[in-house]
Amino acid sequence: MYLLRLALASLANRRFTALLTAFAIALSVCLLLAVERVRTEARASFASTISGTDLIVGARSGSVNLLLYSVFRIGNATNNIRWDSYQHYASDPRVKWAIPISLGDSHRGYRVMGTTTDYFSHYQFGRRQHLALDQGRAFADDPFEVVLGAEVAEALHYKLGDKLVLAHGVAAISLVKHDDKPFTVVGVLERTGTPVDRTLHISLAGMEAIHIDWHNGVPARGAGRISAEQARTMDLQPAAITAFMLGLNSKIATFSLQREINEYRAEPLLAILPGVALQELWSLMGTAEQALFVVSLFVVLTGLIGMLTAILTSLNERRREMAILRSVGARPWHIAGLLVLEALALALAGIAAGLGLLYAGIALAQGYVQANYGLYLPLAWPSAHEWTLLAIILGAALLMGSVPAWRAYRQSLADGLSIHL
Amino acid sequence: MNQPLIELHDLVFAWPGQAPLLEIPAFRLEPGEALFLKGPSGSGKTTLLGLLGGVNRPGQGSIRLLGQDLASLGQGARDRFRVDHTGYIFQQFNLLPFLSVRENVELPCRFSKSRAARAAQRHGSIDQAAAQLLAHLGLDDPTLLARRADSLSIGQQQRVAAARALIGQPELVIADEPTSALDADTREAFIRLLFDECRDAGASLLFVSHDQSLAPLFDRHLSLAELNRAAKPREA
Repeated sequence: MYLLRLALASLANRRFTALLTAFAIALSVCLLLAVERVRTEARASFASTISGTDLIVGARSGSVNLLLYSVFRIGNATNNIRWDSYQHYASDPRVKWAIPISLGDSHRGYRVMGTTTDYFSHYQFGRRQHLALDQGRAFADDPFEVVLGAEVAEALHYKLGDKLVLAHGVAAISLVKHDDKPFTVVGVLERTGTPVDRTLHISLAGMEAIHIDWHNGVPARGAGRISAEQARTMDLQPAAITAFMLGLNSKIATFSLQREINEYRAEPLLAILPGVALQELWSLMGTAEQALFVVSLFVVLTGLIGMLTAILTSLNERRREMAILRSVGARPWHIAGLLVLEALALALAGIAAGLGLLYAGIALAQGYVQANYGLYLPLAWPSAHEWTLLAIILGAALLMGSVPAWRAYRQSLADGLSIHL
Repeated sequence: MNQPLIELHDLVFAWPGQAPLLEIPAFRLEPGEALFLKGPSGSGKTTLLGLLGGVNRPGQGSIRLLGQDLASLGQGARDRFRVDHTGYIFQQFNLLPFLSVRENVELPCRFSKSRAARAAQRHGSIDQAAAQLLAHLGLDDPTLLARRADSLSIGQQQRVAAARALIGQPELVIADEPTSALDADTREAFIRLLFDECRDAGASLLFVSHDQSLAPLFDRHLSLAELNRAAKPREA
């Protein structure tokens, strides 16, 4: 105990270096834990993006691509699929429910998805949770009604009854707007922590209506234009959609239906199992994620080597301290213990400060990260895995501390009681 | 007759692969004696102090401290024996700058149970022992105890070092050029204080210095160069 008191007093005497050293460790620990936490949460939130859906069907491309645009609202479909293909499978006796989705427009950077009200009743995420309305209602017969994801409503400050204009295409800044056909906010969904929060949902009829006077990707001009009022009276049945999701009566049918869809003769289609595609996608990102982890491990190592350097550098100027301690009865192992304790104290201070930084960072960035990346970072106690990491860091610090300890041990044996200047 | 405090007999010491540095046929220090040992630098003074402190082992011959042959003890036991029975005062910067004056004085009691016990026995408690020793040495300002050691003047620091050497009544005080950083007036005053305290505590004093002018103050004075045969050929 007295050794600890001495170690701390000696550190306090070199407090500037000691603080810098501990700070370097703190930053590296904070980085490592932050990476770990983001990794864990990303994986968890990723896996819980979609559930309960047995098959996702889209135009033939790659399964990851299909998953990305249909579930994550990232990227674009290469092709649309025909409405009758959808109907063909929606009416299949093995299918319990089917949700058509139509993508391609956006509103201030948020994707717009055309779908049916079945989406609200059948789509599931997380542990088989259904979507729920926080305010208002689902869109109904009028094509120009929109239901907002929680984040869209919050970030853009929309409330029920507000009017908004959709933009053509998915770029954050769109030059072409569907400003002749504004939509009315009729509902806001509860937060899900999935891409649903960042989506504006309209009916397929609405999606059709805003494009009804478009030809070859450009809006009609002058007399060719069709007003919102006119559009309401027209047949708004779409001819094509982007993809559809299927829920089956029996899981056993999943693979046979998947094969059937993939071999559908009328149109090249691709059916994927969301779980399998999610894993495939995660394994793609897993490399980057692991690289990040390795990098943060090296940063921790750098922090610890910084500590080692600081302690080793101090050894020479502290030979007097060691000799005085020897003269008052400290044995060489006391001197070694002193340096190990010093390393431990620095590492512990660094770890504590790193945790502090992490929690301060999470508290500050939580809202921002949730809003921008849909990632919920909980302000929770470190997990068993994180404690293990911290213990390993402490162990590494101990190991590093034993290097100067050994040197000081040798040095104090050689110097004895002679005081070197 | 009393057992001598220090007794060297046919001592030879050489660093590995070098010619002998020390060859002392006989040397004694009696209990309660204050001995001036003149030792210019290069005379093997540091090595001798290392041998007396049990840090180095003699190649031949014996070193007895209080009748105990140091060479027969292990490294740990020699360390313990040293702190139990010897107090040290060095040239200067004797103190750990980051500890308070009181903590510096009490350091030997932290590493030696017997000195802690003796300090408590004689003065009531270790804290009181430190305060009383400091007061005897002219540092009786109570606020001083809590101050950082490096906030004191050099002269004050040397007196704190003396208090540290004396706490818990070690039988031997070894002072290695303790006055070299002091000016002439304070030098003599410091030595007299040291005598008084050693006498009070019943400790022998081995005072090593190159400053011959201090020698008359002591009971006895010796020159390491005369004592050490290994040094003679070089001087001749």
